[in-house]
Amino acid sequence: MSEILVGVDRSVQSKRAIEFAARRAKELDRSILVVHVIPWSPFSFNTPEENEQRHARRTEEIKAATEQIITPMLALAEESGMPVETLVQHGDPVDTLIQIAEKRGCEHIVLGRTGDSRVKQAIFGSLPAHIVQHAPVPVTVVP
Amino acid sequence: MSGYVSLVPMGIDETISEYFGPISDFIVSVVFYSVPILGADVSLIVLWLIAAAIFFTFWLGVPQLRGIPHSLNLVRGRYSKPEDAGEVSHFQALATAVSGTVGLGNIAGVAVAISLGGPGATFWMIVAGFFGMAAKMAECTLGVMYRHEHADGSVSGGPMYYLRDGVSKITNRPGLGKFLAAFFAVCCIGGSLGGGNMFQANQATAQIVNVTGGDDSPFAGLNWVIGLAFAIAVGLVIIGGIKSIAKVTEKIVPFMAAIYITACLVIVIGSIDQVPSAFGSIITGAFSPDSIAGGFLGVLMVGFQRAAFSNEAGIGSASIAHSAVKTNEPATEGFVALLEPLIDTIIICTMTALAIVITGAWDDPDASELGGVQLTSRAFESVIPWFPNVLALAVILFAFSTMISWSYYGMKATGYLFGDSNTAELVFKVIFCVFVVIGAALSLDPVIGFSDAMIFMMSIANVAGLYILAKTVRNEIRRHLGKVESGEFARVK
Repeated sequence: MSEILVGVDRSVQSKRAIEFAARRAKELDRSILVVHVIPWSPFSFNTPEENEQRHARRTEEIKAATEQIITPMLALAEESGMPVETLVQHGDPVDTLIQIAEKRGCEHIVLGRTGDSRVKQAIFGSLPAHIVQHAPVPVTVVP
Repeated sequence: MSGYVSLVPMGIDETISEYFGPISDFIVSVVFYSVPILGADVSLIVLWLIAAAIFFTFWLGVPQLRGIPHSLNLVRGRYSKPEDAGEVSHFQALATAVSGTVGLGNIAGVAVAISLGGPGATFWMIVAGFFGMAAKMAECTLGVMYRHEHADGSVSGGPMYYLRDGVSKITNRPGLGKFLAAFFAVCCIGGSLGGGNMFQANQATAQIVNVTGGDDSPFAGLNWVIGLAFAIAVGLVIIGGIKSIAKVTEKIVPFMAAIYITACLVIVIGSIDQVPSAFGSIITGAFSPDSIAGGFLGVLMVGFQRAAFSNEAGIGSASIAHSAVKTNEPATEGFVALLEPLIDTIIICTMTALAIVITGAWDDPDASELGGVQLTSRAFESVIPWFPNVLALAVILFAFSTMISWSYYGMKATGYLFGDSNTAELVFKVIFCVFVVIGAALSLDPVIGFSDAMIFMMSIANVAGLYILAKTVRNEIRRHLGKVESGEFARVK
């Protein structure tokens, strides 16, 4: 069964993205993959102490993201009655979501609109915009 | 004269110098015990270190030339498994180790080498950096092999552990392993107070006084005040637990390094016509029988000594930082560590040396008196008049990040000796801050003497252990290369 990937964070738009994906999954008989990416780069500069504690921090970060973000999103997605899987991973959000979609052969990526300010968008761009430009499959951005 | 001196109330800087100077002189005379060879004083400990670097170069099959592509692929994450995302990457382990290594040794140490040994000392620094890569590879591979993973997933590694566990296992003499490990740990505490602290504080202070007016600076004669400010900043991080200061520094330092290298390139490219003659004087100076440092062997000693001080290959310190990496293959971090002396000595030190030689700053009559960072600063000033101020900022940040890294090494050594006792670690941290003030107040000579002695002492136990574990490390590297060849350890992108 083909999957619909939903990238989520804490936002209300993420909730709406889940609801949108759940409706589609039901209509088309698809499963749902709920993914949260914890922003992280292997090319950052750390103190020796940060490195020493890194493994423990990583475990904590994954636990916190699972409890606070994934669990409520999972409950919401399961209301559709379709099979749901979840994934929490560290990395660059854009690259990681695209990699996961490619690796698992997802047929569709659904994201919430980030609603960043114009200034922030001008400097950093927005995450959905980047994904729309680089994704190998159709992307839906939910407002 | 002596009666006169005692009548004048001494400043705090002088008082500190009066007490510390003789202690430093004594330690230096013991550690750097020299024998005269061909008219030059050859210190045995420098020979000990360079012999190890040369030995491991050939023992490991000249990895400096053959291993670099593999190192670069590892650092770029070509072998990093996606499920390890969020753990300490090869790049991060290397960057952390490099920020402990790149410091005033690269900026001021090179100036000291050239003022003592002439441009030729640069040549021997580069040679020592090249051989040092292999020693670094050996110690960092072992650091990962014998590291300890605690229940919470945090990692402790470094010479203490491979000396204790590795040497004990190979020789079947646990006493020997424990002795070498304890000896190393004691010297590591000394090294963290010397080269990792006093030398950094001393040269950063010298540059602050330098840019605020030299002898007319409001800080002239009040070096201890600057030292105190440094000590408070260091104390806030290591005792007060305000990690954000260290985190911010760690993030700014790479940019300062980039600015520094750019400034060196501006000088080099601006006088590109003089580059051949600069290399000429570096090479002829390296073999000149009538150099100021006592013939070719004298220059060689100066170059080797400053290179070892700068890149710490064979000293064992970086192995502590490299051990934090996430990998199942210890040899991978050995390959990555090859890059450290390459960046530190062969690239950054050479840049500084070219700036000093091209601008002719080293040839000024008072060059040897200036020594250290002031000489480097003058070289930059002659081409980019406002650069000494930027250099002062860079030097402050380099010094600070090196002090933070070394306080960590010293704390790990203290933790090893005293079973992670919080009291012992607190005592160490307080002493560390006190040494910041002492380092700032003293003149360069006793500081560099003491710092050198302490750093080089670390190599006694570490290099002995490296020889004992030479077969172990070579087998590990061969095993890894076998896996690379068979495709068992394959690139993921």
